[in-house]
Amino acid sequence: MTAGKRPLSPHLQIYRPQITSVLSITHRFTGAALAAGLLVLVYWLAALAAGEAAYTRALGILGSWPVQIALFLGVFAFFYHLCNGLRHLWWDTGRGFEIPQVYRSGWIVLLAASVLTLVAWGLLLAGGGA
Amino acid sequence: MSLRTPLSRALGLGPAGDGTAHWWQQRVTAVALALLGVWFAFSILGAELGDRAALVAWIGQPLTAALLVLLVLTAAWHSQLGTRVIVEDYVGGALKVPLLVALQFIHAIAAAVGVLAVLQIAIGGR
Repeated sequence: MTAGKRPLSPHLQIYRPQITSVLSITHRFTGAALAAGLLVLVYWLAALAAGEAAYTRALGILGSWPVQIALFLGVFAFFYHLCNGLRHLWWDTGRGFEIPQVYRSGWIVLLAASVLTLVAWGLLLAGGGA
Repeated sequence: MSLRTPLSRALGLGPAGDGTAHWWQQRVTAVALALLGVWFAFSILGAELGDRAALVAWIGQPLTAALLVLLVLTAAWHSQLGTRVIVEDYVGGALKVPLLVALQFIHAIAAAVGVLAVLQIAIGGR
């Protein structure tokens, strides 16, 4: 019938975003980003194994500014997915489901992921490694 | 009243046929990755990334090599589980199955290359 043409609930285009739904989709989004991050990790390991010249070339690519921006966001994705993943494991024990608790743990996850990202990049840049 | 037959309840595998296997694998790899990921992040932040010789010596230690192999394998498995669900949720039609197969291949290749690279450094003395 006309099933394909019917509007879908809950009408995302007029739906006010909430921290619950935004953090939920962010978990999935950062997960997808980290799948790409896995390829970067493998590329880094392979370049390391391939020898001095290959590793220098890889550092040049990883150190270029578009990749650096992607890596900065990737580090945030890592810490966000880590913190929110722990939140999920906590939920799995059946705890923390009251709305005020969900909001509080959500803000804690955002704060923790942001602070950890900035600290990590501070350390990386201070070490001159990146 | 449940409409399920006693047999189906006893098997407990649900309509997908694999019960809670996916859920459990995701949780167990998540716990492993939380530990391995924090270890890796700490190690990388303390390392001089431009110094290849130092990194090779670090990976040459048995514990480092073992943990890196576990990190690559666990991350690949967890990633394979997660990206599969994303495709299953959002992709329909003729594209779905080829995409799922492609994801499996990409993860298998990533896991194989990652493990071999670590072993080459650790055992092959690269």
